[in-house]
Amino acid sequence: MNLSHEWLARFVPHGRDAAAVRHLITAHVATVEGFERLRADLSSFVVARVVESEKIPDTKLSWNKVDDGSGTVLEVVCGAPNVTVGATYPFARAGTMMPAGFTIEKKKIRGFTSNGMLCSARELGLGEEHDGILALETSAAPGTALLDVLPLGDVRLTVDVLPNRPDLLSHLGVAREISALTGTALQRPAELTALASVGVVPVRGEDRVQVAGLSVRIDDVGDCPQYGAAIVTGLTVGPSPDWLRACVEAVGGRSINNIVDATNYLLHGFGQPMHAFDATKIGGGTIVVRRGRAGETLVTLDGTERRLDATMLVIADATAPIALAGVIGGRASEVTSATTTVVLEVALFAPGVVRATRRRAGLSTDASYRFERGIDPAAVAEQLALGAALLAHLGGGRVDALLHAGAAPSARATVRVRPARVALVLGETIGGDEILRLLESLGFACAPGADGAFDVTPPSWRHDVTREVDLIEEVARLRGFDRLPDVLKGVRPGTVPDHPLFATYRRVRDALVAEGLHEVRPLPFTSGHPAGAAAAELVRVMNPLADDEPFLRRSVLDTLARRAEFNLNRMQGDVRLFEVGTTFVARGTALPLEAQHVGLLVMGARRPVHFSEAQPPAFDAWDAKALASTLATAAFPGAEITLVPAATPVLWQVRAGEIVVGEVRQLTLDAPVWAKPAFGVELVLGEVSSTPIAAPGHHAHGTVTSRSRADAPVRYRALPVTPAAEFDLALLVPDAVAASQVEEVLRSVSGPQLERCELFDEFRGAGVPVGTRSLAWRLTFRHPERTLREKEIEGRRTLLLKTLEAQLGVRPRTA
Amino acid sequence: MSLPAFIAALDLLAADAPARIGAAVDLEAWTEVRNALVGRQSGRLTDIMAGLGALAKEDRREAGQRANSVKVAIEEALAHRHAELAAAAPKSGSSFDLSMPARGRWKGAVHPVSLVIDEVIEIFRELGFTIALGPEAEHAWYNFGALNFPDDHPAMDLHDTLYLGDGQVLRTHTSPVQVRTLQQYPPPVRVLAPGNVYRRDFFDPSHAPMFAQIEGLVVDEGVSFADLKATLSHFARRFFGSTTQTRFRPSYFPFTEPSAEMDVQCGVCSGSGCSVCKQSGWIEILGAGMVHPAVLEAAGLDSERFTGWAFGMGPARTAISRHGIPDIRILYDADVRFLDQFTR
Ligand SMILES: [Zn+2]
Repeated sequence: MNLSHEWLARFVPHGRDAAAVRHLITAHVATVEGFERLRADLSSFVVARVVESEKIPDTKLSWNKVDDGSGTVLEVVCGAPNVTVGATYPFARAGTMMPAGFTIEKKKIRGFTSNGMLCSARELGLGEEHDGILALETSAAPGTALLDVLPLGDVRLTVDVLPNRPDLLSHLGVAREISALTGTALQRPAELTALASVGVVPVRGEDRVQVAGLSVRIDDVGDCPQYGAAIVTGLTVGPSPDWLRACVEAVGGRSINNIVDATNYLLHGFGQPMHAFDATKIGGGTIVVRRGRAGETLVTLDGTERRLDATMLVIADATAPIALAGVIGGRASEVTSATTTVVLEVALFAPGVVRATRRRAGLSTDASYRFERGIDPAAVAEQLALGAALLAHLGGGRVDALLHAGAAPSARATVRVRPARVALVLGETIGGDEILRLLESLGFACAPGADGAFDVTPPSWRHDVTREVDLIEEVARLRGFDRLPDVLKGVRPGTVPDHPLFATYRRVRDALVAEGLHEVRPLPFTSGHPAGAAAAELVRVMNPLADDEPFLRRSVLDTLARRAEFNLNRMQGDVRLFEVGTTFVARGTALPLEAQHVGLLVMGARRPVHFSEAQPPAFDAWDAKALASTLATAAFPGAEITLVPAATPVLWQVRAGEIVVGEVRQLTLDAPVWAKPAFGVELVLGEVSSTPIAAPGHHAHGTVTSRSRADAPVRYRALPVTPAAEFDLALLVPDAVAASQVEEVLRSVSGPQLERCELFDEFRGAGVPVGTRSLAWRLTFRHPERTLREKEIEGRRTLLLKTLEAQLGVRPRTA
Repeated sequence: MSLPAFIAALDLLAADAPARIGAAVDLEAWTEVRNALVGRQSGRLTDIMAGLGALAKEDRREAGQRANSVKVAIEEALAHRHAELAAAAPKSGSSFDLSMPARGRWKGAVHPVSLVIDEVIEIFRELGFTIALGPEAEHAWYNFGALNFPDDHPAMDLHDTLYLGDGQVLRTHTSPVQVRTLQQYPPPVRVLAPGNVYRRDFFDPSHAPMFAQIEGLVVDEGVSFADLKATLSHFARRFFGSTTQTRFRPSYFPFTEPSAEMDVQCGVCSGSGCSVCKQSGWIEILGAGMVHPAVLEAAGLDSERFTGWAFGMGPARTAISRHGIPDIRILYDADVRFLDQFTR
């Protein structure tokens, strides 16, 4: 919403400069996001001080030394009689474009170099004063921008008006706030005080109204609660007067003609959208407010032919639509230079139907924007008279008739505000008289009620105030948020335990950062095809941002693989990424099954280059297995983590206790030949429930149970006091037998005195029969109370070898 | 110990020794290997030989011979390797160059947005906040209805939504966690809800279709707007520095009333106006407000008895201005050259 500072001041002569207004509005009303001086053509002029001056003989000229803040004192020739040493003046450096359209150049005058121009008011377009250069009354340093010391011309303030405050979408609306904040009374802008009264009495009706030459009918007053029309005759369409042109341009518009500019002026001035029809183009002298019909079309003012339907509200004449109600007029009934009689529409359309109409049309306008949010229903009649009078005044015509169909707006319900509640919500006691003063300053009617409360009737333009808390907000912001205390108070501890997945996230993140991996936070959209995902399990976004990525991912590794490819495309082959993120699996019409996953991807060098080795080794499957184990241990503390060989492309399944929590796999990437293999690990950390907690309007507090820690604490074991005995087993293991099978036998046969069982060698080749490999374990035994006897050790060894041979066909390797 | 066990141990040692000796990369390592294999204190051969006495008398001779041949073979291999290493070793005794770099280890990094979230959480945890999480795919009721969004109203236009169908959306803010938490746990509630949210915003230097948000919620008896202001100002001073000035501006969110936005004074220009703060002197940090009674009522609470406040902030914005990142998309790319800048 663009506002003109000068226009605002004509509604409320507050006597403050634009910067002060900006701060006032931002602090109490709505944020001023833009602040633009409309004399931007003066933006390159600076303040300069004359440090020396002497007359050039036989001329009116003087030769001066001028400090323009640039660090170099400039020589400037000046023709003005009033150059004073020590005084400051507006200065145009060589190269500056003057408002009159020419550029100041460095030149020689009478043998003296002139590097710029000291300017008069007229040269700056600031009036007719040209007797001398413009002396500045400022202490600003040379080089300061002229516009910073001399607030020249109008300022455009751009206010971010949020959807709850459509009443701020006009100068009147913001002026009301400034009036309340400054205590300056509102007034009618000077340009409207000279208007003659329209001199005709409006003809009123419920849903239809008629005068000679024009009838108005509203099909459904639910769509259009009020429709006013003025017939203005004898008009001359032509250029707008300067004041009107300035208003239109100040808010960023373009002047078109006196009639159109007048409607825009009233829209931005008072917030009431208006539309002027050429009366002769309204077929049958009939206006019908009705829904569009399938098959109908309308060419709107922007030249677009639009298809209509029953979701849209239109203004029609006796035969066809002539405007999209509340959105835009039709081209056929547009006011042209030949127009002499106008029907001015001043209506109130229902927000919902305007919203539907403009969405269907795909076109939002200043008018639809205001109707959609709600205009002041009590102002329509007054705006109709004002609009008609202004058109007649500007076009030299007269108002023939005013028609106004529809019912008067119903009375607003009162809202009770209790000073005690104000104190409770704001945290500071505010007296009843102050509450009363603040609310009344904004047009709220307050009647004293029981117990010091007030029964408050909001003004007709404030649709957003329906509850007590809305009034409390009015009190708080008008009084100023900055006046509330800033003191931390003691609090009661909350009842909500930390979500367990948060702690899990922190643990896995710490573990993986310690392993040298980078956390990433990529987008979770995918094309959906990888990993042969079943289509029914994919969650599709109905209105995706990209048609080739309409799905939500099921796997974090899917995303990480694309990120690795992104890096490969940038010649980065050493990639170590991880993400803790959300995955989605469709569940029919229920919300997707949502889970937190952690995924990691490693590719390339296992460590940085070091002189001790020619080249660092690349990550391999064993690194991935180790990372998976580290990760799973961090994710599921206390659980026994096992990695079980699995069918390709999966290398291992990761289990925590008996539960499969994820997998390790080698990844297939779209990779250049130089890329090293990529390995990935993905674990499910837990489900995020999306089940409704309770029905709307209810809670489920009774079901809360306090959480206790899931994992059992570590139990102390007595430190060993007896010596360990160890021996090695070198075994010939057939290829069909897995190391884990051998190890299982070793552990189960050895019993509880086995302390460690470590695979330390694998060998194939000389001395090892084809179809087998040599694997060697070191076994460490310890009895808790005494030294193990040789015989006992030997017995175990014999039993192990016997069992291995019997169960797995594994024999000892001999030299 | 039996003879077969004794011999098996010798065989294993003989099989294993050449590779270990070959793996010694310098004289220091060679010494370690020698001690491990044939050292008098703890060498494996010495350990095996200690078992000789336990053998039956008739087996000792064979065992001794076998042990000796293994010993000879190992010592030959050790001598050979020693010669190789000695030849390769630098001649001067002072050639160990301590200025050479340490063996490298990759350093990991936490994502810059996570770093901001961590800091925010740390500050609020000191004030007794706990962490709540909620789903990203949400019922429209939790995302909009329960949060007092009017149906088919321009307020909805502030949230360009990605729809999943059947009254389901990708949550457009973390505020649904407010309602879920209030339904599940009785007041007093003091939670932070970090998480990802979605908007139908196309990727450009300052917009992303998904971004992180941190929600804060306090509900109890007697909680006021002054508490909101004091707590968030405290947060700003802890986060941005103890002299940080804050300002609260009126704003609008359907689920808070009164609503405000909190700015901190621009650190670049100290409030005098610059390009970073768009000449306003202030930087917008978060939106906040008193929890709307309609939200408390949607969660089944007595809105006359309980009051609360809430805030929401976007840590990506803070990360971008803190690190001088010119384009928000860099945060999503996972370019290792970017991520590596945040190693620690
Ligand atoms: Zn600044």
